[in-house]
Parts: sequence; C-alpha cells; structure tokens
Amino acid sequence: MTVMRHRILLLLGAILAFGAHAAPQTKTLDNGLRVVVDVDHRAPVVVHQLWYKVGSVSEDNGISGISHVLEHMMFKGTEAHPSGEFSDIIARNGGRENAFTSREYTAYFQQIGVDRLELMMELEADRMRNLQLNVEELRRELQVVLEERRSRVEDRPRSQLFEHFMATAYLSSSERLPVIGWPEDIKALEVEDLEQWYARWYAPNNAVLVVVGDVDPEAVFKLAEQHYGPIKAGKPTTLKARPEVAQRGMRRIEMRLPAKLPYLVMGFKTPSLGTLDNPDEAYALEVLAGILDGGASARFTRNIVRGRKLAAGAGVGYSMDKTGDALFLVDGTPLPGTSVSDLEAALFEELDAIKRDGVEASELDRVKAQVIANDVFQKDAMFARAQIIGRLEIMGFGHEVAAAYVERIQAVTADQVQAVARKYLVKDRLTVGVLIPESPPGDATAPDASEGGQNDA
Amino acid sequence: MRKLLLVGFIVCLAGLPATVLAAGKAFQHWTTSNGVGVYFYPSTTLPMLDVRIVYAAGSARDGDQLGVAAMTSGLMGSGAGGMDANALATEFERVGAQFDAGALRDMAWVTLRTLTLDGMLDPAIDALATVLGKPDFPEDELELVRQQLLTGLQNAEQDPADIAEKAFYKAVYSDHPYGRSAEREDIQALSRAQVEGFFRQYYVSGNARLSLVGNLDRAAAEALAERIVQHMPSGDPAPALPAVAPLKEAKTIRIAHPSEQSHILVGQPGVARGAPEHFALYIANHGFGGSGFASTLMTEVRVKRGLVYSVYSYFSPMQRKGPFIIGLQTRNDQVEEALGVVHDNLTAFIKHGPTEEAYDASIRNITGGSALRSDTNAKLAQYASLIGFYDLPLDYLDLFNDRITQVSREQTYEAFKATVDVNKLVTVIVGGESR
Repeated sequence: MTVMRHRILLLLGAILAFGAHAAPQTKTLDNGLRVVVDVDHRAPVVVHQLWYKVGSVSEDNGISGISHVLEHMMFKGTEAHPSGEFSDIIARNGGRENAFTSREYTAYFQQIGVDRLELMMELEADRMRNLQLNVEELRRELQVVLEERRSRVEDRPRSQLFEHFMATAYLSSSERLPVIGWPEDIKALEVEDLEQWYARWYAPNNAVLVVVGDVDPEAVFKLAEQHYGPIKAGKPTTLKARPEVAQRGMRRIEMRLPAKLPYLVMGFKTPSLGTLDNPDEAYALEVLAGILDGGASARFTRNIVRGRKLAAGAGVGYSMDKTGDALFLVDGTPLPGTSVSDLEAALFEELDAIKRDGVEASELDRVKAQVIANDVFQKDAMFARAQIIGRLEIMGFGHEVAAAYVERIQAVTADQVQAVARKYLVKDRLTVGVLIPESPPGDATAPDASEGGQNDA
Repeated sequence: MRKLLLVGFIVCLAGLPATVLAAGKAFQHWTTSNGVGVYFYPSTTLPMLDVRIVYAAGSARDGDQLGVAAMTSGLMGSGAGGMDANALATEFERVGAQFDAGALRDMAWVTLRTLTLDGMLDPAIDALATVLGKPDFPEDELELVRQQLLTGLQNAEQDPADIAEKAFYKAVYSDHPYGRSAEREDIQALSRAQVEGFFRQYYVSGNARLSLVGNLDRAAAEALAERIVQHMPSGDPAPALPAVAPLKEAKTIRIAHPSEQSHILVGQPGVARGAPEHFALYIANHGFGGSGFASTLMTEVRVKRGLVYSVYSYFSPMQRKGPFIIGLQTRNDQVEEALGVVHDNLTAFIKHGPTEEAYDASIRNITGGSALRSDTNAKLAQYASLIGFYDLPLDYLDLFNDRITQVSREQTYEAFKATVDVNKLVTVIVGGESR
C-alpha cells in the first residue's frame, strides 16, 4: 500500500507540472459585489453567473418557495428590456441562459461567445434592481410553478417521501422547507410579497459574480465596474440565526403512495464546513462517503448489490459545503424478496463494520485517486467550474476551498474516517423514511411492499 | 446505477439536437489492423482521455429475444478475462478512471474517462481491452442484471413520462424494431447463450467505431487504439434496419395513471440521420419548439397561458426515420385546452412556416452557438462517435454552419410540411382517471 500512496504523491506532482492552472482572480467593488474570474482559453466562450445569497433556508412557513418564484419572475422584464427581450437577445446571439434556486442561493447564468460578455453584464445588472412585477404575469407564473411542482414532486413518489423526510429530520431550521415551496404557500404569494423579497435580497452586497472563460481578468473587472459598479449597495441582509434544535433519538416516517417500488432513505445529522471550526471532520466524511459508494468497487455495490443481492442499488450523499448542519444520506431500494427492514439492517451492518474494523488502506487509496482524477475531469467543463466557485463563494467559504480540496483529502487518515463514522453515524442522529407502495383502487397489478426495487441516488 | 438506465427509454445521444462545432474541429480517422474505424481529436490542455466505443447493437437488434441488447450491455464490465466484476471495477477505480456502458435503440456504447499520466493510463486501458474482447458473462452477474432490468421495468411503470414514451414508440413504429420493447416475460426468458450469441454477432470489429479525444498525439493514439481493440472478435457490420412505414391514420392513446399531471406526447416518424432534409427540419423545429423560451410552443403554451412548466418539440434522427416529438405535461383537467393550443400552432406553422423574423433568429442562434457546442472534451467525444456511427463526413462539424445558412426560409417550411402530416399524428396521454 505504501507503493500506491507513493504513486499518488508522484501523480499529484505530475498534475501540478502539467501546465498548472492559474488561480481565479478576485475583486470586490465598492458596492460590495464580489467578482471572481477564472481563465480558460480552450474555446472562445464565457460563462457569466450572478449568485444571490437567498434561497429556501431564508424563508419561513407561509412564504415557502418565494425565492424560487422570484427566480421565475426575474425573466419578466424591466422598463429598459420588457418581458422576453433578455431571452431573445441571448438567443439571437447564440447563447444559452437559465437560472436555478437552491436551499442557500439563487443564481442566473448565460453561456455565450466571449465577445458578448459586456451585453450579458448590461442585461443582468439591469434586472438586479429594475425588475417590473405585475399581478397578471404573477398569476400565470404561479400556475407554471405549480406545474413544475407536479412534475418534480407530486408525481414522483420518492421526491414526495424526501420532502416529508426533510421536514422530519429538521424541526427548527428552515432546512425543513422544500426549495420549490409547499403548494398552498405558492398559491398564496402576492406581488407585494415578491417586491419586498426582491428589495431585501437583490443587491450587489448580497451577490457574487462569477466569470469563467476566454477572458482577461482585468478587463472583466473593468466591465463589472462599469455595469454593476453604479448600483447602490442595499441594507445589510443578515438572517437571525435559526439553528436546528439538538436531536435526541431516532425519528422514522412512512408514506403510503401509489407506486410500484419501495424505497428507503436514512439521514444522519453531520457537521459541515459552516458548523466546524476545524474542517478535518468534514473531509473525513467526504472520504467515508467514497468508501461506501464511490463506484462499482465500493462497499455498497460490492457487498449489498453484488455480494448479498439485497438491493438494485444503494447510495450515499454527503456535501460538506453547507452553512448549517448537513445530512449524511444513505438510500436504497430492495430487490424482490428483500424487505425494506432487511435492507435497512444490511446497510447498518456496513456502517457498523467501518465503525468496528475501520477501512482498508487500498480503499482509502482508491478514493484518493478518484478525487485526484475527478479534479482534472471537472476542469473539462467551464460551467461546472463556475458552479463550484459560485457555491463556495456565496456561502462564504471562498473559492480557495476548491483549490485545496485534493490535498485536504490526501491528508485524511483511516483513523479519521473510522472516528467520524463512530461519532456521527449513530441512531440518535438518524432520521429514516420509508416509501410503501400502495395500489390505486382497482389496480390488481401493483405489488406489495416487499417486492421490487430501484434507487435514484 | 447505469444498469437501471438501460430500460429507461431515455433519448440521449439520439435525442441530441443536430450539432455544430467551431471551425477547425475536423476529426482524424483511420482503421485499426483488425478493421475498427477510429475517430480522433487531440486535446492536450488537460492530462485526460475520453474513449468511446459504439456498436450497432441497440434494442433495434433484439430480434425475437427482446431485452437481449440491454442485458448484454448491462453485463459489459461484469466479469471478463477471468476477473470478476469487483476485480474489474477495482482496476478502473484504483486509478480514478470512470467506466460506463449503455444502450438505446440504434446504438450500444462503452465509455472510459481516464487520466493519461504514467501509471494511471495503462491499467485502465488494459482492463477496457479485456472487457471489450473477453467478457465472461458470469451466471450470477447475469441474474443480478436480470433483477435490475426487472426493477427498472417496475420503476418505468410508476413514472408517467416513461409510460408515455413506451406507448408513443409502440404506436408510431408498431412492429418495426424501434417500436418493440421488452416486457417482464421477455427479460425472464433471456439465457446466457442468447447474451453470448448477441455479443458474438454485434460486439465485433466490423460493427464497432472507436473515438479518442484527449491528451495524445497521433502516433500514441494509433498505438492505443490497437491495444484497446486487440481482443475484439472479428465480424461484420450489422445489416441495415428495415424502413419505417408511414402512419396510415391519426391515433390517440389514453392511459390512466394515478398522477396529478398528464404527460402528453404527440408525433410521427420524422427523419433519418444524414438525410438531406435534416438541416431544413432542424431549423424549422428550432423556432417551433426546439429553442426553449425563444420557441413558439413555449411562448403560446407556457408564457401566455401558464398551462405547463415544460413544452418542447424535436426531431430525433436515427439510422432509420427517428421520431418527431412534441412533449408537454399539464394538470389533468387542462389536457384538452393545452392540446388545442399545440394543434392550432402546429397547423398554423405547417400552413405558413416560420416568419422571416423567426427564421432569422433561428439561423443566428444556431450559427452563433457553434463554439459552445465544442467547448469540452466530453462533447467532442460524443460528436466523434456520432460521426463514426452514422458515417457522417469528418468535417461535418466545420461544415455545419455553412449548411445551415444555405437553407432558405421557404426550404425549411417545405421540408417541415412534407414531413409532418397534421392529420396522421399519434397522441399519447398518460395521467388522471380511466377514460
């Protein structure tokens, strides 16, 4: 194994020697807008992303989904560029655009030929402050969002379970709210609600601009100053802290839904970059996730899917880049002949094996090699790089976290992985959700809850 | 989770819009000593390589053994050259490489993404060559893939989008290989001998194309190509698929499903990959339903009326006439209204074609976006495979903008009118109560 580790160190050196990628350049304008530029000359294109620090964790019951609805309404025009004009301009210039809302942020992006960057800045800066909201447009758009919700949640049994699961795992924190919002909250939104939300959060001092592409950083800073610089800073917008109350024991929910396949999801409260003073444990949790579910040779596939043939698939999800408590998610769908509780027990046996016996050096080396390779593979797509930078910046961790990630992972030891498994993968921190398929009336073909399985992790 | 995707009826490669690359993106081409066509593009800024092998071995080749293409594809990587599935996966993953395999209707593929650094490239390439040339199809892996395919079918039965797509292909293509899909009994009946026979017939040198995009020079790429296909059995190209018969009449299929939304697909047989009218149809559809917020369908159905979140149309060119599809989802009680808007707009479009302004906007968007379509190795590797598989010219991508600008507004609309017959549409509606 020392041979392998030696090889990984050599490999890191070889990648650094391979035309080292220049670090992103940053500048903060006087109005508080942070600008991050990452240069890539492979194609004459640019990614332009504007991130706002507002998402569903900024919301409360009653207005859940307002950040996402506002994201939709941001395409409805300003006085200078009426509804549809922004999209038409981008289309005519061969570009692509869209936006996305998450728990902690809302972001708008365009991908376009690099000579059109200034035009993107002009349009995006305009709608930071000059959006025109009207009752009729909102009425129609709420219908669109409700259709979106039907597609994403109502007609997807596992998504429905996951919403209720999150609302069970989190009690006092707004992590419990779905990003798209509860349906009745969406229906009740009014123009005044959106106007207030827009005025409160859409300001340069609550935003990060990310530009990745065939550009010169100084020229980008100059353009940003010219187009975003004249916008006045807003009032500082901090939320009152709303920490999650401590969990004292396992929580469990079941949902009976018209479906064909059962499904199991488990989540353990774990720390994140935002909750840890020393982030070592977050990196160890990332490695632990890779040991369990980092490919077809990882423990879940090797032991649960191939070895014991209990599940069609089983997965792990953990992201350390959050400001509040994270969840270490484990999910799976039993194969025919296996019950959900058998699968749950088997997944626990895998977690217990790590707590008891630790991890093999070969597994650790495999995860580390994958992290090195993925870091290179990610550089293939400018858009993915912009995403990583934007996420880290808007949450306040800084893009430097990405550059240091590979080395931090290489420093994780087998003992640290075992220690975080023992400390955090315990029942007192656990929430379990189970989907029980239910036949619609008159459907004789639907199986009972013990049959079948698939996993969408 | 790749195996579960095989039965998902996803339109992935086949559903890509016709693509454009920036000037200077011609692929290099040669043939290996055992007859595999190679398509190569050197890209040296990152120490990585994308390898794609495509075969005419999709579900259209199932014949009477429905599901055999999916099962064979699902077993690629599950034991080869005496190594079991865990050992093979370890060979790839210990050097950080990513292996995948899949199949659609025309095509089956195997892909590898790996670092090109010393000590990392060779183990991954050796394992890939073993997988491609010496699969063992172990019995226990075969049973596992069978169970995964069966649960994939069940998953498709709880998803209104999957139900609609399956019904749509069946209605549009009936007995043509594009219209048939495996049911539970078909999957249960498949044998190891059938999988092995399918492999021996279709996963062969004459039926394979190899794409390489990444950090290699020509000499290294030639040597690597030889190594990758060194164990591949020799054999002939798959025969041509039968022609697609036109629809004789309009058909509407309603399927009850316990969903709040109905999933609607409307369409017909469309166009074959490489057909001369493809460019004209691509431009025509771009403005009608192929360009997101800039399209007629999005404006009329979503923006003006709030009836949907998603509405689109596309031609999916395949070896034989792939489908023209209009897709949307709406609340169950709005189905008739939404369908009415779609029909009115399709009828008007066939009658009048795109306006000068819409035609001009489409040409600008398609030609202006060319650089964006070749800005990653991953995209270049997909296009290399597409060119190889469908025998398109090596400089297809460089020529694309010229071909687009040569098509007049009248030609786009004549081609659309000649292809789409509004009186013979298949309409599939999945959702709501039984009707």
